Amino acid sequence: MAKFERKGKKGMPAISTASLPDIVFMLLFFFMVSTTLRETELFVRIKLPEATEVVKLEKKSLVSYIYIGPPATQYQKVFGTDSRIQLNDSFKTLVDIRDFISSEREALSEADRAFLTTSLKIHEETRMGIVTDVKQELRKASALKISYASRRMEQKK
Amino acid sequence: MARTTPEINGGSLADIAFLLLIFFLVTTTMNVDTGLARMLPPMPEDKNQDTQQDVKQRNIFTVLINKSDRLLVEDQPMDIGMLREKTKEFIMNPQNDTDLPEKQTVEVEYFGNVEVGKGVISLQNDRGTSYRMYMLVQNELVAAVNELREQVARGKFGKSYNDLPEDQQKAVQKVIPQRISEAEPKSVGGKK
Repeated sequence: MAKFERKGKKGMPAISTASLPDIVFMLLFFFMVSTTLRETELFVRIKLPEATEVVKLEKKSLVSYIYIGPPATQYQKVFGTDSRIQLNDSFKTLVDIRDFISSEREALSEADRAFLTTSLKIHEETRMGIVTDVKQELRKASALKISYASRRMEQKK
Repeated sequence: MARTTPEINGGSLADIAFLLLIFFLVTTTMNVDTGLARMLPPMPEDKNQDTQQDVKQRNIFTVLINKSDRLLVEDQPMDIGMLREKTKEFIMNPQNDTDLPEKQTVEVEYFGNVEVGKGVISLQNDRGTSYRMYMLVQNELVAAVNELREQVARGKFGKSYNDLPEDQQKAVQKVIPQRISEAEPKSVGGKK
């Protein structure tokens, strides 16, 4: 049996920092994987309404976004202050929604097409008129799965 | 004496990694998209066809929101705070009230034969309704259904609805169905 021997010296040995890069790399990879760089620049102001019964949107790749809100300050000269629709990177009108949905659908593989979800990001001050019109367009395009984007609010009790 | 290449100092590796780490920390948006999930009804095939289904008046729970964000529930003005309780009462119909929805007996897995209400919640809004109000109402309606499901799950399985396995959740969904119909838009209150 080996004996455990004190090797003469006393005092605390310095902690090796050799594993520091490993730890940092681990964190680095975590953030690299979880990062989503914002793909679309928002032209409209969006303050989402609050709700308590929200569910998470699964599978980001199956989600397409429609933004509705008043144009940002620098665009108000051209587009006014009334709520507008933004698809991808530009202001669009109602008639463009169908094309948008069909192109989003094309981009998915055939097996996934049925699961296409449309997330409606709508400013809370928007009137329902435009929202109803968009919903009708989505029905016509038979993109029936939608999600009203909203912020999670803790239940007030 | 053979000249050896001096070893590169690895001490700065950590600094480089830190730099990258900070870059990704800053650019990261960890937002999980959350929202109220909803299915739109499919577009009716034939436009001329009257799609108004014949549903008995007692089975419909009408929620109207007007353009100044006021609520009219079953022909009575109502405060948003009351809506949840009222909706729960409508779905469950605990006293078998004749004004509240009929029930039919359905066989559901795990539950056996249960009485399920036939009620449908009909939500109608004006073009001038604000989206915030609309979402508040939607939220209250969904909350009512979720609370009832939670109750049923607790009573039957002794667990929270969210912790149940999928097939049990499906069974609870059958007992407490979420039937919220967003009516065909009607132009009331003039064009905007």
